[in-house]
Amino acid sequence: MRCLQVSNQDLEERIPSYEELEKLENEEAGDRPKWDNKAQYMLTIVGFCVGLGNVWRFPYLCQSHGGGAFMIPFLILLVLEGVPLLHLEFAIGQRLRKGSVGVWSAIHPYLTGIGIGSMCVSFLVSLYYNTIMAWVMWYFFNSFQETLPWSQCPVNANMTGLVSECERSSPVDYYWYRETLNTTPDIDNTGGLQWWMVLCHVSAWALLFICISRGIETTGKAVYITSTLPYAVLTIFLIRGLTLKGSLNGVKFLFTPDMNELMNPTTWLDAGAQVFYSFSLAFGGLLSFSSYNSVHNNCEQDAVIISIVNGATAVYAATVIYTIIGFRATEKFDDCISGNILTLLNTFDLPEGNVTENNYDQVLHSLNGTYPEVIQGLNLKTCDLNSFLSEGVEGTGLAFIVFTEAITKMPVSPVWSVLFFIMLFCLGLSSMFGNIEGVLVPLQDLGVFPKSWPKEAIAGTTCVLCCLVGLIFVQGSGNYWLSLFDSYGGSIPLLIIAFCEMVGVVYLYGIDRFNDDIEFMIGHKPNLFWQITWRFVSPAIMFVIFVFYFITKVQETPMYKAWNPESENFPTLEEKEYPSWIFAIIFILAGIPGLSVPLTAIYKCLRNRCCKKDNEFKQDDLNTIAKQVHLTDEATKNKPDIPETADGR
Amino acid sequence: MLVWILFLLCQVGAPALAQDLCQRDAPNGYKVRISLKTALGEDAYEWNQSEMFFFQATMAFAMRRHFQMETYNVDNIILCVQTSRVSFWFVVTSPDNTTMLIPKADVEKAVRMSRHRINNAFLLSDRTLEFLGIYPTLAAPVNPDTPPWLIVFGVVIGAVCVGIIALLISSLLQKRRKEKGMTEDGQDEEDMQVKGVENGINLDGTYNRGFTDDDRFTKL
Repeated sequence: MRCLQVSNQDLEERIPSYEELEKLENEEAGDRPKWDNKAQYMLTIVGFCVGLGNVWRFPYLCQSHGGGAFMIPFLILLVLEGVPLLHLEFAIGQRLRKGSVGVWSAIHPYLTGIGIGSMCVSFLVSLYYNTIMAWVMWYFFNSFQETLPWSQCPVNANMTGLVSECERSSPVDYYWYRETLNTTPDIDNTGGLQWWMVLCHVSAWALLFICISRGIETTGKAVYITSTLPYAVLTIFLIRGLTLKGSLNGVKFLFTPDMNELMNPTTWLDAGAQVFYSFSLAFGGLLSFSSYNSVHNNCEQDAVIISIVNGATAVYAATVIYTIIGFRATEKFDDCISGNILTLLNTFDLPEGNVTENNYDQVLHSLNGTYPEVIQGLNLKTCDLNSFLSEGVEGTGLAFIVFTEAITKMPVSPVWSVLFFIMLFCLGLSSMFGNIEGVLVPLQDLGVFPKSWPKEAIAGTTCVLCCLVGLIFVQGSGNYWLSLFDSYGGSIPLLIIAFCEMVGVVYLYGIDRFNDDIEFMIGHKPNLFWQITWRFVSPAIMFVIFVFYFITKVQETPMYKAWNPESENFPTLEEKEYPSWIFAIIFILAGIPGLSVPLTAIYKCLRNRCCKKDNEFKQDDLNTIAKQVHLTDEATKNKPDIPETADGR
Repeated sequence: MLVWILFLLCQVGAPALAQDLCQRDAPNGYKVRISLKTALGEDAYEWNQSEMFFFQATMAFAMRRHFQMETYNVDNIILCVQTSRVSFWFVVTSPDNTTMLIPKADVEKAVRMSRHRINNAFLLSDRTLEFLGIYPTLAAPVNPDTPPWLIVFGVVIGAVCVGIIALLISSLLQKRRKEKGMTEDGQDEEDMQVKGVENGINLDGTYNRGFTDDDRFTKL
């Protein structure tokens, strides 16, 4: 493929050679941090990849795209897209031993934009991700009460009844939208800072600071807990969930395959996007973490293991979540039927026990025949188990509304609530380690901070800055800002950067050189599977996903869902259009990281061109001793022959 | 004889009159609905005439408790329209004049005052012994002085502050130890630099790789 490779001069000068790498390895010299052991590295990577998305995005996708059938596109794209990209990032980071900006500027100075783009995306994602941590902490703090505050509506001011907003919706909805977020009806009203949320926000950033203050020295210790605890809690929840009534309904609903969904292109797109985002590719964090490895670490094996772990965790978490959702749906269904039965008993003065769940339909039918107007006037609710099972089970809605409601119905609720929110916190915190790594290391590489500052000061300054900027998300309208950042900041730019990464490594760095590097590091050349996926398949998949996502996002008018107690369909969320000034924000979020790749390239190119004349001028000033000696030898040659004396004068 | 006939008429007529006073949707009456199976499940007792008598007695007690001066009796509580649900209507007559009904509002006050006692008499609750029209008073919300979440927050933030201070102190101590080590002993420099460069703690000075080749040459 030499014809497709762009000439890359001076590459050898920018990257460490094999001899230098061996020296670094054997003498343990160099000032780069190292992992204490392999387990720390694996746990950190697993923690970074396994995040909140595995718990609240994958189960929803699975259930809405045909259950068990969704596994097929998910697994296929995992193998064709996830594993190759992961292996690529591990290998290039381990070889070039730098953070994202360092790696890309070493490959070619014009590609520095990829590193800067990664840094911008990591920064934007860190901002809002830690606010989710703040919300989790708020729920965690409030779980240490005998009756959970979201299990019942509060009484209104004059003690005559329940608060109207709560009565019309539900206690969990009210607690989430009013008592936690205190959300405004639209994004234009900022609603001011909510002091309780500010406290949680600050404590989330403070906790994160402690864990990252000395880089991997501290995160390496923290991941022993943050990466393993979620698995323990998931197992506890699985055992508890399977003993609850109706849990198997949920699991059946999740995995019942609907093969027709495989014909739908959105299924494949969503599977591809989920694989991509789940692996936290293109953030720069994976590159950084791999660069702390020893040179001969088997990155191929690591990539395969991490992919399997990530996929298996997603399926495991989905099972656990759906046992609990099945329980909740069954409880709601039972309540609905009981309510209808009670209404019938009360209206027709039938003795208790005459109408049960089993004969409800028969009785209703016979009563409808004899007293149709009365039955109409009763407004009996239609109870459908499937509709309860497919209720709002994605994102923050899953964690803070559906799951918390399920927990209130379980005995000893505070314990389950504490466990659940600790698990969410650990999942999120371990992902934050990777996000922050993707911000801190490029900042150090770019030389933004003075070299004399210790690591703690750099980490501290970054945390304080992010904390202050993140105060946008703890206002009244914070929830809307967060979903804005999530949809535009954390989606399109990543696809662009990942595509550029693949093209950069395969065609600019050179796939042959890359193959040789891997042979040097792990002892054998990557086999045919890697060659095909790196050169054609994975970039093609990334490109297709990017094009479809871009077209979909550009075509639809950006809308958001608002909690407005005055709207007609309350408690259903009201769909509103974004105001026009939001488009500027969207451009900043999606455009700047994405455009940083070409813009930096152009900037470097222009700077190179205008400085080329200066370079040539400077070369003439090279004044070495060798040059002068050479000149004097020539001078003596032109002089007449002087007989040399014995003592050499 | 006439007195005897009048007496007989009264005996026959009084219940008839009582029936007129108590009827479905009576203006001064209340409907009571009892859900025994919901409340007690398998321990539910049978609702029979004795239980109805007990209800009359309990209501008479509630009226006596509220009004205090007047002596209500079981006969003053008239029940009607019993269904198998179990539900029935009742009205309360005045002890002085059996044809006069006690107004709805007074009955409500009496029931509210003794609601807890009435519920307990039948082993039921506000939800399973319903007086339709008399809504149960809501429990006063328990407002602790410090919200519990602030306590947990305080504990967590305290631990975090201790952690940050420990971190800063340990990094300061490490820096001082390094400075001491470098000025005291020159020979230890190389060792310390080799060991200390791990985990990226910033040092003053760079490692001079030129010295690492010495070992190779001296092997001869």
